[in-house]
Amino acid sequence: MSAVMITRKVTRKWEKLPGKNTFCCDGRVMMARQKGVFYLTLFLIVGTCSLFFAFECPYLAVHLSPAIPVFAVLLFVFVVAMLLRTSFSDPGVLPRALPEEANFIEMEIEAANGNVMAGQRPPPRIKNVQINNQIVKLKYCYTCKIFRPPRASHCSICDNCVDRFDHHCPWVGNCVGKRNYRYFYLFTLSLSLLTIYIFAFNIVHVVLRSVDSGFMNTLKETPGTVLEVLVCFFTLWSVVGLTGFHTYLISLNQTTNEDIKGSWSGKNRVQNPYSHKNFIKNCCEVLCGPTYPSVLDRRGVMLEDSTRPTPSDASAASTYKSTNPVSQTTKSSAPLIPNEHTPEEAKPSIGAGTQKSTSSPKEEKPPSPTSPNAVAPAVIKESAH
Amino acid sequence: MSKKKRRKLYIPGLRFHNLQELRHSASLATKVFIQRDYSDGTICKFLTKFPAELDSRIERSLFEETVKTLNCYYAEAEKIGSQSYLEGCLACATAYIIFLCMETRYEKILKKISMYIQEQNEKIYAPRGLLLTDPIERGMRVIEISIFEDSGSTSSSSTGSSPSSATAQ
Repeated sequence: MSAVMITRKVTRKWEKLPGKNTFCCDGRVMMARQKGVFYLTLFLIVGTCSLFFAFECPYLAVHLSPAIPVFAVLLFVFVVAMLLRTSFSDPGVLPRALPEEANFIEMEIEAANGNVMAGQRPPPRIKNVQINNQIVKLKYCYTCKIFRPPRASHCSICDNCVDRFDHHCPWVGNCVGKRNYRYFYLFTLSLSLLTIYIFAFNIVHVVLRSVDSGFMNTLKETPGTVLEVLVCFFTLWSVVGLTGFHTYLISLNQTTNEDIKGSWSGKNRVQNPYSHKNFIKNCCEVLCGPTYPSVLDRRGVMLEDSTRPTPSDASAASTYKSTNPVSQTTKSSAPLIPNEHTPEEAKPSIGAGTQKSTSSPKEEKPPSPTSPNAVAPAVIKESAH
Repeated sequence: MSKKKRRKLYIPGLRFHNLQELRHSASLATKVFIQRDYSDGTICKFLTKFPAELDSRIERSLFEETVKTLNCYYAEAEKIGSQSYLEGCLACATAYIIFLCMETRYEKILKKISMYIQEQNEKIYAPRGLLLTDPIERGMRVIEISIFEDSGSTSSSSTGSSPSSATAQ
């Protein structure tokens, strides 16, 4: 009649992923570590739009058309959706090679290199592949232990190899790669439109109001206008420029990374093997191509099971039950799942345990209560709070 | 699946009838990795070159058929045509919120691939002491083929089994 609770900690694969990413919502959200600039972006967009809706929209809806704020709302929602989609999704991270694969590649490299004389540096690890009749060099990534696929690059900020790596954007707090490039482009495009829209209607509003009440009075009545015009003016140049630059890249089917490195415009004159030489086809491929799935499987459950052994005697059971709030130091996202052995009196402690565990997300697996003595000090610690 | 008449492979002491038996009685000997074929660009495609380690384990034609079918599936998933264009436009019009409730075409094909690999494992690879791993579990970089040795077998040739020529050259 041993009535004890066994907690099965569900470890998801995102918790064990190497690399310097932050994960939220139990692996559903994936971002870079530094998120400060992303919060600034969000604040600027939401703040400026709020001012627009508060100061300009009532006047414009009455004096011009109610369609103006409606369209502004739609555009704002689209911009925020694209920003969140870019920031929160997996950019196309390539998982690191497992030991067997890494060894296999090492053996292939050694076989290809032959005997290296002692004291000599081994040749650089490069694989040549032919893509559309062009020779492309694939570099070996020493961190991920793979030969990077064409167009992939290792992001040092996130410490991951990303497929079709474009750049790491601090404004969205994530890398921009194969999977989220179109969202990034749509974000910059829609943000340009939103900025131009707000800027234009700010001017219209000031002009219309100044006709009635004079310029200085207008600025006093709607102080937000000044702030909005300032933000929009500086944003316009950067965002519109960025949109234009990426439109150019898309039309040539190039990435920012390739453009900066001059991969296809260097003196060796290797043509871009990925370009279809047709503007429409290139745009279609980048913007209307298939939505690639993530190969990371962040929410998959790890196979190792951390169930604790069931203590068989009643005394151990009672001390075990009372120390549950402390010993259940699971990760904040893992629910405490009582199984059929849960005693009725232990169930309230699950709630307490969950609250305790959310405050200590960094702690590792709970210690297994092999003896009552081991848990007794924990009891003392608990009661001291 | 082609209904070619397959010659049975008899390797002394190595008989597996299903995946469960393979997992229980076999020990992993080595793994072979089929690499990506980048000759057509960055689309997902695997090399059909027959690895030397599988020489005595499976017929070349069966292996090539498996890889070619997988390549076809991936080509279909990554095809840029009217269907992908429609899906993209519809999703864009809804600010991609529709992807929260709808499965993309690529994901549907990945499920088909997973079932195909399972079927291939059960019918062809497990009886020969091999196991295919779905490329998505390896980041779509390689097709991992695990080669098992029967840990309970004796090394001498068993009675009654005539080792016919194992490889179809």
